[in-house]
Amino acid sequence: MTFIEEILREQLGLSADLAALLIVFGGVLVVATGGLLTPIITIWLERKVAARFQDRIGPNRVGPLGLLQTIADVLKLLSKEQITPRDADKVVFFLAPILMVVSVVTMFAVIPFSPLAIGADLSIGILYAIAVSSLGTIAILMGGWGSNNKYALLGAFRVIAQLLSYEVPMILALLVPVLLAGTMSMQGITEAQANIWFVFFVPVAAVVFFISSTAEVGRQPFDLLEAESEIVAGYNIEYSGMQFAMFYLGEWLHAVVICLLTAILFLGGWQGPLVNADNVIGPILGMVYLIAKTTLLYFVHMWIRFTVPRLRIDHLMAFNWKFLVPLSVFNMLIVAFIWKLFPAPEEPGFVAELPRALGVLVGNIALVAVTLSLLQGYATRERQKVEGLVDETLYDPRAPRVAASATD
Amino acid sequence: MELNEWVFVGAFLAIAWTFPLAPILANYFLAPSRPSRIKRDTYECGVETVGDTWVQFKVQYYLYALIFLVFDVEMVLLFPWAVAYNELGMFAFLAGGVFILLLLEGLVYAWRKGALEWS
Repeated sequence: MTFIEEILREQLGLSADLAALLIVFGGVLVVATGGLLTPIITIWLERKVAARFQDRIGPNRVGPLGLLQTIADVLKLLSKEQITPRDADKVVFFLAPILMVVSVVTMFAVIPFSPLAIGADLSIGILYAIAVSSLGTIAILMGGWGSNNKYALLGAFRVIAQLLSYEVPMILALLVPVLLAGTMSMQGITEAQANIWFVFFVPVAAVVFFISSTAEVGRQPFDLLEAESEIVAGYNIEYSGMQFAMFYLGEWLHAVVICLLTAILFLGGWQGPLVNADNVIGPILGMVYLIAKTTLLYFVHMWIRFTVPRLRIDHLMAFNWKFLVPLSVFNMLIVAFIWKLFPAPEEPGFVAELPRALGVLVGNIALVAVTLSLLQGYATRERQKVEGLVDETLYDPRAPRVAASATD
Repeated sequence: MELNEWVFVGAFLAIAWTFPLAPILANYFLAPSRPSRIKRDTYECGVETVGDTWVQFKVQYYLYALIFLVFDVEMVLLFPWAVAYNELGMFAFLAGGVFILLLLEGLVYAWRKGALEWS
């Protein structure tokens, strides 16, 4: 950064303030454009992976390996008419897709890509990211309400219920890394994981965060807001052309951003071997590590997406309020308690930090054990409730199938 | 230094609007536009639109919003607690724990009252 500033000041004779401002705008353009271009790769990746999961080949006609498929799709959407329904609230209808993209793109401002490369290392980094991503909820509501369409409105209602609800366990899980690191700055949280990544001793918080932020994006199995088979497409039903594409761009970007956030908060961000701000390749290596971790998480994300069927809305809400919220509350209390039991290490180091981490890990394992036994009791009771109603032989593979063989 | 960071965020917000706006405007100029009465109708499974959009919806949505509000306020207050936690003594844990359990009690109350049932 500084050498660019020097070039601007000495070679071009600009004032210090102007040079700093130019660098800020240049950085914004690089980060935002880079962020916006990721969906071109991830959409192709997702279609390829989906195809493999379903024993297909996937896009392979446009460009090598079908890599240009997304660009072809964008060009097609560019040539489509943007229809605004007669009864729509025109201003709200127009602003909704824009706000959707803005809400996600602005999150890139606080993502630490490497020890040196971060847009803005705010002291409230995480809070900023969460606050900005919540704007996406409003964008979806605006789209659903502004369309003046029953399906769109139903989708918007579901959005309010789902996204608001899942924000609670997400933020409760997110308090854990904040508490462990003692800071809300993204760079600070990454640096706190120099020796042990948080995922190794607070796995419950990591999993709760990943699940609830998947629900925040509103993708399968939490895609009730756009359930194609029930409410056609939900909030974006009346949109066409680029406005429609913007909603999808926002969703895809959001999926990438939650994987980035999980990687930063729990998987150590750019931490990895040989990353040191002093040498030249360190920052580049950090970026490579972060992208590798994000890609890994994104694969898990796709794996869930193409494996698990959509939840029913009552199950969805029950899963959140009766399972995730109590679990994340108790998880936070347990982590906070054990964290205080052990004295803080005199100086940072793997061995010095190990006892405290192990203590927290044991607490996590105990929590999981209690939760699983409670779930087992609940499931047993539920099964006994319905057992009288179902003819068991229908589902028993060992039962003789006299009738079936006779009709064959 | 701290101010510089916010300048960056401000620049980000200022520029971010142009990214979605540019393709939408490009689409507006590139694509043909032949609006007709039927095309601009509200979509409804291919049949003609029946009735009003503003249908009555379930009261559960409000209940969830109310419960969310309780937790939302709680979390705003918990963030500073979490940041300062390392410097505080065991009393911080007790204070935070009592605060969280009091709010959890609100959830249990709503649960027992049946506010979490989707029927």
